[in-house]
Amino acid sequence: MQTDPTETRLRGLMLASLDGDAAAYRTLLAELGRHLRPYFARRLTPAFATHAEDLVQETLLAIHTRRMTYDRSRPFTAWLHAVAHHKFVDHVRRQSIRLTVPLEDDAPIFAHDDHADAAARRDLGVVLESVPPRTSDLIRRTRLDGATVAEAAAAHGMTETAAKVSIHRGLKALTARFSGGNK
Amino acid sequence: MTDDLIARLATDLKPVRPDALPRLIMGAVLVSAVVAAIAMLMWLGTRADMATAPGTMMFWTKFGYTLALAVLGGVATLALARPDGSIRWPWLAAPVLLALLLVGAILQLANAAPDEVMPLVIGGTSLVCPWRIVVLALPVLLALLLAMRRLAPANPTLAGLAAGLFAGGTGAWIYSFACGEHGMMFVALFYTLGITIVAGLGALLGRLLLRW
Repeated sequence: MQTDPTETRLRGLMLASLDGDAAAYRTLLAELGRHLRPYFARRLTPAFATHAEDLVQETLLAIHTRRMTYDRSRPFTAWLHAVAHHKFVDHVRRQSIRLTVPLEDDAPIFAHDDHADAAARRDLGVVLESVPPRTSDLIRRTRLDGATVAEAAAAHGMTETAAKVSIHRGLKALTARFSGGNK
Repeated sequence: MTDDLIARLATDLKPVRPDALPRLIMGAVLVSAVVAAIAMLMWLGTRADMATAPGTMMFWTKFGYTLALAVLGGVATLALARPDGSIRWPWLAAPVLLALLLVGAILQLANAAPDEVMPLVIGGTSLVCPWRIVVLALPVLLALLLAMRRLAPANPTLAGLAAGLFAGGTGAWIYSFACGEHGMMFVALFYTLGITIVAGLGALLGRLLLRW
């Protein structure tokens, strides 16, 4: 370890950085970035090679915020490797969860989040405002509040058929407007 | 993009003291232990015979056992809070301490009169003792975990366990000034139970809170 020139140089830069030398720190981080990029690229499967840059940045950030945990009496490259390894394992773990659990299976966890429910209701209110008020009220009564078409029609003094047509047109208009770029 | 980040980090650079990590951890424990000690005084008060207790061997047995476990937890915490830190001997030394205490407890029981055995094992506070230790250890555990969120444990669960042992030992040490029990077996059973609960809680919380 003591004869390794990389270790000696990087450790010297790190010790200067810990004492507040910003120029040494900039040099150190730039060099670490150059070391870390191929380190992560080699370990990532080709499909995720683009994540290498994210990992480099995450690791540099961790080096910065957790530099207190470097013990000056120990080799710097060992500490650096431990940080980079941790970031890599963490990344793979998160990635594998994302790859193996379909989004639909995740949904129930979020379905009962009160905060999200409130936000969804607010969004819905905004969306419903884009159709005529009577139509939006019919949709709200039948699709959200659980009323029957007959009840909703009676509330507006219209026939059941007219209410059905109105709801159908309203939903169609909303679908056309908010279905995104699929059309 | 990465160059921007490097420039930003370099302007944010502040000097770090060589002993910043132990200062952070010991500072957190010191402050929270004072809080726990004040809580103990206001809630339970010191044991009724506090003036004469330091003349008894049992006082120092409790004092020594709990403080030794706290020190083991502290040593493990300081090592495991670093990404390249690993340590094993405190995990081996803690059961040895318990074994020594059990040997002493068996000797004490063997020399005791038959009607003294139950008081030495169960005492009068066995149901509340572990929970009081947990309550007194909680401020220490929370302060420790909060401080350790700024650190980088390679294994958050294990680092949480070490913090739990540190906090549990400290809480039990503080409680020992309020506890009038005089059975070694009592300490071996119910102090150990309280400390173990705190250690387990530390592992659980560490797993959640010490991710980075």
